[in-house]
Amino acid sequence: MLSRLRALPSSVALAVVLVAAAVSGCGGDAAGGLDESALVVYSGRQEALVKPLIERFEKETGIKVSVRYGNTAQLAAQLIEEGERTPADVYFSQDGGALGALAREGRLERLPDSLLNTVPAAYRAKDGTWVGTSGRSRVIAYNPDKAAEADVPDSVFDLTDPKWRGKVGIAPSNASFEAFVTAIRVLRGDDAARKWLVDMKANGVQTFDNNILTLNAVKEGVVTLGLINHYYWYEQVAEEGEDKVNARLKFLPGGDPGALVNVAGVAVLKGSDRADQARRFAEYLLTADAQRYFAEQTKEYPLVAGVPTVADLPPLDTLQVPEIDLSDLDTLEQTLTMIQDAGLT
Amino acid sequence: MSAAALPVSGDECYGTHCHSRVRQHIPSVLVVPAAVAAAVALLPLIYLAVRASEDGLGTVADVLLRERTAALVLRSLALAGTVTAICLVVGVSLAGLVTRTRLPARPVWAVLVALPLAVPSYVAAFTWLSLFPRFGGFLGATLVLSLVSYPYVYLPVVAALSRIDPAHEEVARALGRGPLRTFLSVTARQVRPAAAGGALLVALYVLSDFGAVAMLRYDVFTRVIYTSYRSSFDPTPAAILSCVLVAITVLILWGEIRTRGSRAYARLGAGAARQHRPAPLRGWTAAALAWCALVVGLAVGVPLVAIGYWLARGSSAGIDVGELASAAVSTLAVSALGALLTVALALPVGALAGRYRGRRVRLLEQAAYAGHALPGVVVALSLVFLSVRYARPIYQEVPVLVLAYAVLFLPAAVAAVRASVAQCPPALEDVARSLGRTPGGVLRSITVPLAGPGIAAGAVLVFLTCMKELPATLLLRPTGMETLATRLWSNTEVGAYAGAAPFAVALLLLAALPTALLGHRWRTRHE
Repeated sequence: MLSRLRALPSSVALAVVLVAAAVSGCGGDAAGGLDESALVVYSGRQEALVKPLIERFEKETGIKVSVRYGNTAQLAAQLIEEGERTPADVYFSQDGGALGALAREGRLERLPDSLLNTVPAAYRAKDGTWVGTSGRSRVIAYNPDKAAEADVPDSVFDLTDPKWRGKVGIAPSNASFEAFVTAIRVLRGDDAARKWLVDMKANGVQTFDNNILTLNAVKEGVVTLGLINHYYWYEQVAEEGEDKVNARLKFLPGGDPGALVNVAGVAVLKGSDRADQARRFAEYLLTADAQRYFAEQTKEYPLVAGVPTVADLPPLDTLQVPEIDLSDLDTLEQTLTMIQDAGLT
Repeated sequence: MSAAALPVSGDECYGTHCHSRVRQHIPSVLVVPAAVAAAVALLPLIYLAVRASEDGLGTVADVLLRERTAALVLRSLALAGTVTAICLVVGVSLAGLVTRTRLPARPVWAVLVALPLAVPSYVAAFTWLSLFPRFGGFLGATLVLSLVSYPYVYLPVVAALSRIDPAHEEVARALGRGPLRTFLSVTARQVRPAAAGGALLVALYVLSDFGAVAMLRYDVFTRVIYTSYRSSFDPTPAAILSCVLVAITVLILWGEIRTRGSRAYARLGAGAARQHRPAPLRGWTAAALAWCALVVGLAVGVPLVAIGYWLARGSSAGIDVGELASAAVSTLAVSALGALLTVALALPVGALAGRYRGRRVRLLEQAAYAGHALPGVVVALSLVFLSVRYARPIYQEVPVLVLAYAVLFLPAAVAAVRASVAQCPPALEDVARSLGRTPGGVLRSITVPLAGPGIAAGAVLVFLTCMKELPATLLLRPTGMETLATRLWSNTEVGAYAGAAPFAVALLLLAALPTALLGHRWRTRHE
């Protein structure tokens, strides 16, 4: 190492050469490289989930796809910084809010009606800029050693009862929790939402960074109840076996905000020079095949009529989902201020 | 003839020769490349300035005057201060034990105690949480961040200790000081530049960390920046808040430079330093071993136990060897390039800062640090912004990613170079100059070889830090390229912890190699 350092100028020159070599693409080759002609998809959804589906799409259509995986919010921030120079053709998002933000920035192309109409109006953008590909329901996870199913409240508004003091877990900085609070605001008004948050805080609600940690806390008995998305439980059961996951789920009745169903969705970026292929990709995600795949792999709700859910998941049309337009959930900033002011983040 | 460290105060100096050195013209062979390095480090600030000023001063005031902003700055500073203090104690004590005592199995410990560097803070936080669900808050964040960042102090201090002339200590001992007092009064003073450089890195790292504090539910300033991005997808408030971090960095740098004092650290005698004779620990052996074992156990043992637990429990454990290998190759390749570029940029800045004083030098050095407290995602977005506009052909290619690593980790390399250069005797350089060497030739034949171990430690530090870097890698990597860190991340995001385990293990193993190399090099030098 020392003798190498003795030759400083040559190592600097070496660095320059290596970097230059990397420019010409040798670094990318290590991992397969990027095909210039490929359709570029920015995916906020996980590779483990998306990759097999993409491979099927490539096989069926002959269109080559190059996928950039990342965090939904980070990719949205990246798309906004890239602006019209973005290499991306498609954005496949984990949540509706990020799609809404890109639509507001004018970055999304309107999708054809034939495509939009395949999913219920509740699960797509009003202005036709994005369409939902699968749904996830908010639920209460409970620890069966600490509470019987009958004891678990029917409404999130019961969680402010002293009975649950210090026994409830939430992930206040999580996108799905924020969408749920926005739903309370839309359904019951800002004052009700603010009061609920403040009362929850006063009632000693415990906060976690994400749904997984909240569910873990329920399993370990750190809290008795946790507000999460339904599929985290199903994924853990698939990973570890139902007997090892010491938690059960309750889907709330009566159109309670705690039963909100939100979506993952897809959009085509404005200025894409492969807009046709991009639309075919979006179409593909709504085929019965792909919808079945979501149901089986992520235990989410398929949104296209006629595709069944996995065996033990209550069907979407039996859920008592609150009547809400998901496009109205785009006022995230006020929600965040409210959550912050309540002292939860 | 060899003398103990002689105090050289500020610009008035020791002897006429030294006097002329301070006034000496600073060679442009150093200044020009140092200016280039500083410019690279300042790239994110261009972006921040553009974004922060977009909505006018009203918005700036609005964002800054929120009462939460001030409260969270204070919380961040408290966390950074506490973690830095702990890292100094842990890092210096471990470095002292493995370089200066007859600790049983010293070479093994030398490697083991550096290993926590391979553990990304988000993995450490997560593993602690998975074993102890109630873990968190200020104490939790302090513990986890201290465990993952004390090597920033340990590594440079080891390098510095292995370079100190034993004569200093022998003189102190001969004059009747005990071993501990000698260590505190003579040795500790000699390693001060290295330790201070490391402490600075720790403080700035803690300010910029997001993953660990988020998981451990301790609300600090970086969290506001993230929340701001996510809520509105509007870059302006986030940019304004990031400027606060830059301001804090400048303040901390100013403080560090003031405490750095004005002493010469090099041995002034002729010839080369002899080797050290390690001190016997006698009755303290058990306590010393227990201390090392405790630190390594908490920092490396706990994550390993948790990873083993994931492997044993989960069903997503099918290892895709091809995927693992390609992630490992990409990780090594981009990290090596990152370390190379970073050290190349750091050499002129560190050499200047270690050797020369004055306003210009200080500015260049501070510029290299300016962005270090910025969260990775801010640096990454700034490079997205700049490269997509002005370097479109290399956007989402390896060069921009490597450049991001250099921006992020330049300070780590600068600190290492500066501390090692400060320990080289300037007299040797003067002699070389008087014998007709060019400034570049002096750098090549005197300064760099003498400062070698410290610079190598810096390179290893940067290499390891690149390996576990996540936010910038996610945003800037070539589409389709995955590193061990991104694989680890994508698996833990879906809760497939067993699937994440092989990548975590691979990251640890690969990181162990360079640390072992460093430990081995040090050992052969001393036996």
